[in-house]
Amino acid sequence: MSNLLSQITQASHDVLPLGKWVNAGVKHLLDNGAAVFDSIGVVVEQFATWVEMGMLALPFWLVILVATAVGVRRLGWKFGLFVALSLALIVVTGFWLQTMVTLALTLSATLISLFFGIPLGIWCARAPRVNASIRPMLDFMQTMPAFVYLIPAAMLFGLGRVPGIIATVIFAMPPVVRLTSLGIRQVSSEQVEAGNAFGCTSTQLLFKVQLPIALPTIMAGVNQTIMMALSMVIIASMVGAGGLGNDVLASIQRLDIGLGFESGLAVVLLAIILDRLTESFGVARESSDS
Amino acid sequence: MTKPKISVRNLYKIFGNNISEAVKLLGEGLSKDEVFARTGHVVGVNKVSFDVMPGEIYVLMGLSGSGKSTLIRLINRLVEPSSGSINIDGEDITALPQCDLVKWRRKRVAMVFQSFALMPHRNVLDNAAFGLEMAGTPRKAREDRAMEVLGQVGLQTYAAKYPSQLSGGMQQRVGLARALAVDPDILLMDEAFSALDPLKRVEMQGLMLDLQREQQRTVLFVSHDLEEALRIGTRIAIMEGGNLVQEGTPHQIITQPANDYVRRFFEGVDTSRYLTAADLLDPGLNGHSYNGGPRLPSHTTLPEAMKIVLGMDQPVGVFDATDQLLGCISARSLLVRMAQEARHV
Repeated sequence: MSNLLSQITQASHDVLPLGKWVNAGVKHLLDNGAAVFDSIGVVVEQFATWVEMGMLALPFWLVILVATAVGVRRLGWKFGLFVALSLALIVVTGFWLQTMVTLALTLSATLISLFFGIPLGIWCARAPRVNASIRPMLDFMQTMPAFVYLIPAAMLFGLGRVPGIIATVIFAMPPVVRLTSLGIRQVSSEQVEAGNAFGCTSTQLLFKVQLPIALPTIMAGVNQTIMMALSMVIIASMVGAGGLGNDVLASIQRLDIGLGFESGLAVVLLAIILDRLTESFGVARESSDS
Repeated sequence: MTKPKISVRNLYKIFGNNISEAVKLLGEGLSKDEVFARTGHVVGVNKVSFDVMPGEIYVLMGLSGSGKSTLIRLINRLVEPSSGSINIDGEDITALPQCDLVKWRRKRVAMVFQSFALMPHRNVLDNAAFGLEMAGTPRKAREDRAMEVLGQVGLQTYAAKYPSQLSGGMQQRVGLARALAVDPDILLMDEAFSALDPLKRVEMQGLMLDLQREQQRTVLFVSHDLEEALRIGTRIAIMEGGNLVQEGTPHQIITQPANDYVRRFFEGVDTSRYLTAADLLDPGLNGHSYNGGPRLPSHTTLPEAMKIVLGMDQPVGVFDATDQLLGCISARSLLVRMAQEARHV
């Protein structure tokens, strides 16, 4: 049996050399699309630099103060206390700057994901055919092991922040596309009819009826995108994206369990704060209603 | 004679892509189910024609699947007609291009929905002002107007609340206010009160009639409830399988139902309340039986007639508007007729 299997594998790998084709494809892009990738790289680099400079320019106490205030306002004093203590712990363990770099990377990747993902989601909701053709692509983007993006991204954009952010955008964009599309399609047919019956143009229908009603669902997508982006920017340290990922990577290379725990804990605390805060914006309306 | 406000002629709605084929089969007399079996096309509305006069409340009645909700959506083209014409004030609505259609919807026609279809992210005031906002009315003007109509439906104090904070009946008041705010000449009401409990439903019907007394609008009202239709309808049209099977005043529907389908709606409804003295004449008596006893105008309702007739030993005369004697009612004929009506209940 195993003999047969290896025969089939050997023969068919010559007939269908999928991996070779992908290699050839990436090489073709490298040879012919260098100018395009370079210009994309410049734009992303510039954007990421601004965001990072902005984050690092803020004094740490101000960040802690603002984050705590938002936490108290949205989720109560208990969560506010948690935010204050967590961020203080990050400062004490000496990971503040790395955490801010990671936050900046996450923010850049998330903003780029939303910039493309929300319009794409709207398009999917309005055109079932687009939806049908984009869905398998989203599945691919979301489930392909994240490391796999890093190699072509690094080849096309060089090492550093840019391939990290691009790989993160690819990995983190699917949820916001899916949930934007879902949210719009879930608006009840009578609500859409009401919009039309009262003389909405198609633009008004989108901005005055569909998007506002879909907002809680879209915010759930934004929340997922942020969480996926955060997990990916840590992995992206392998191509030199920087931030907390560098420390995680170093701890693995040096088998330094303590360093791994400290830097990992900073990631976890950042993740919890981002998750709860963005989640609270998604359900904001429902709770203020009742 | 006044011109009809809405005039619908040979209107078809067929869901599918080979409409002419389905129309042909319908022309050969096939039913909705047969057309579906042969072509897979769903017949929504089959060659319907009717007129609605200005200021009338015209009720479309039928069971679910009879095409009444499709028909009301054809009037403001939420559903595009397959063929036929809809003339409103002499203008063929089916021919309006999209941009004119949007303008027409903003000014002339408003709709109230079964599920209320309010916007959950807007408060009551902004919901009521929705139509005006779409039409580009400045904030102050539209909020003033919204406040005014909220006053008409008794919700002025709830302006800052959100729809989810209101009961079903109150939500539909907001739905009604939203429709009234644009001051439409035509009001389309799709099962507007069907989702409400019976007491709230009667209350809303009363509100509807009060509003109609203040300002006469042309109302097209879809319902599956005969009692509602009889209470608020100026005229009632009964639909079955996409066809309009009967049209008439509540009195005509009650006294001369076209077929068993129409009669089935009477079940559980006290139709005797809508009978008048003219329906109660004793067939065994003629004008000569009248010997100068009490006189009843022909439009006297049954409860009124009962009070007088049951207190008399002799027949009571019924007279029409020109003081012509139509016939007599005896206590016996009255009770026989009531027993007939009671069989439906």
